[in-house]
Amino acid sequence: MRRYSAFAIAREAARYHQGWERAWASPKPKKKYDVVIVGAGGHGLATAFYLGKNFGITNVAIIEKGWLGGGNTGRNTTIIRSNYLQDPSAAIYEKARSLYETMSQDLNYNVMFSPRGVMMLAQTESEVRGFIRTAHANALQGVKTEFISPQRVKELVPIMNIDGPRYPVLGALWQDRAGTARHDAVAWGYARACSDMGMDIIQKCEVTGVRQSGDKVTGVDTTQGQIDCDKLAMVVAGNASHLADMAGFRLPMESVALQALVSEPIKPCIDVVVMANTVHGYMSQSDKGELVIGGGTDGYNNYTQRGSFHHIEETVRALVETFPIISRLKMLRQWGGIVDVTGDRSPIIGKTPLGNCFINCGWGTGGFKSIPGSGWAMAETVAKGEPGALAGAFGLNRFTEGRFIDESVAAGVAH
Amino acid sequence: MLILECPYCGVMADETDLHGGGEAHLKRFGPGSSDDDFETYLFHRANPKGVHFERWRHVSGCGKWFHAARNTMTLEVYGTYSAQTYEPPKAIINAVKKKHPEWEGYE
Repeated sequence: MRRYSAFAIAREAARYHQGWERAWASPKPKKKYDVVIVGAGGHGLATAFYLGKNFGITNVAIIEKGWLGGGNTGRNTTIIRSNYLQDPSAAIYEKARSLYETMSQDLNYNVMFSPRGVMMLAQTESEVRGFIRTAHANALQGVKTEFISPQRVKELVPIMNIDGPRYPVLGALWQDRAGTARHDAVAWGYARACSDMGMDIIQKCEVTGVRQSGDKVTGVDTTQGQIDCDKLAMVVAGNASHLADMAGFRLPMESVALQALVSEPIKPCIDVVVMANTVHGYMSQSDKGELVIGGGTDGYNNYTQRGSFHHIEETVRALVETFPIISRLKMLRQWGGIVDVTGDRSPIIGKTPLGNCFINCGWGTGGFKSIPGSGWAMAETVAKGEPGALAGAFGLNRFTEGRFIDESVAAGVAH
Repeated sequence: MLILECPYCGVMADETDLHGGGEAHLKRFGPGSSDDDFETYLFHRANPKGVHFERWRHVSGCGKWFHAARNTMTLEVYGTYSAQTYEPPKAIINAVKKKHPEWEGYE
């Protein structure tokens, strides 16, 4: 792999950009791999990357039914934060956030991580209490956050109306090292690094069956033929139940639509990420100037990657009240993605009823921010056959044992 | 917008008048059940790609719970029916089979 650098740009400029090589290879699948990872989104690629980097396992295939990063990795609102209440969540999200800080250097690929700060508005008294509690919890967990006053909110985001009649801003939970990154670049950067380690990224290859012998997986049937493996890692979003069904077990989750939209580009007016959980809206401004807006999930099972219009209306209505200057903006695009939501709104990482099959799924509405941490924890689980410290609490068995990691209560909403 | 006919009051209700209640016909387990049965009842969901039987409540209307058969891949609705039943009625099953002869049927 030729490294990207200022020198490389100069070199290529001097020869009319004829020398750039493909960022990753697109090989035909081999007969057998040590590890087959289903899903070449951020989480699957990160799992592969850390399998290679931390454990030296490089005979790996990452298979993807669509195109690389074309699922929820390319559909989210790119927010990265780690201000979670529960200890296991804070640990894995903070690991992810800290890996984002150096990701561009680690991957030699500019993922445009922008630690611009994330602000979660408290707009009811119970939210104020909840966020103060979270700030204390974060202090104990070593995650730097603080609860800030409405005046400080106004200083940070001058376009915000902090004394709206319905949703006054009573304060905010502020994490100054949280922010955004370029979502496609995260997938592309990992893919390039994985390909460089000799791993095979196989796109347009949908899994149609999971081959088993006894309680072990021997391989997968795909639209590009049979691929055998010693270990199988299911790292999919939106289709985890479907894949688990092929393997013969059920998951504690349901798939619902989550939507986002972007406005026409305007001059820079907001340089932090604002989240308003009470009204299910969050907003940041992209480098292109578009306001990137996300809303809440629909309330019913759905696999169509499109959601209900009234949810967008609710989100926009609340945001217009909070940011009156956006009321005349046109919205350019709107789209939906399918998210897997578990019973306690926390992800599942760990073992399955099949001995050599591991699963990483159920990230719900908060998958993008966790990509490097999730990959790190999943790689350890796959390599050692047992979840490590980061993944330990997220096993499937927590539902039998009643050991929930209840972030839905902590956040009040999906997160 | 999703529109379901409430089988109780007969209103064609918009999705904004309704509240989804998740998978229908769950077999309930209570005190004394095994851990596995309890976990299955509380958390495991079929979550199919395709025909899905689910509970809905006509919250901004008559307030009654009812059942609906819906497709999660196409969003088409096969019909709604009373909540006072342990499995989908014949008419609903036939409506699904008519559209999808290959459908494996209700477990």
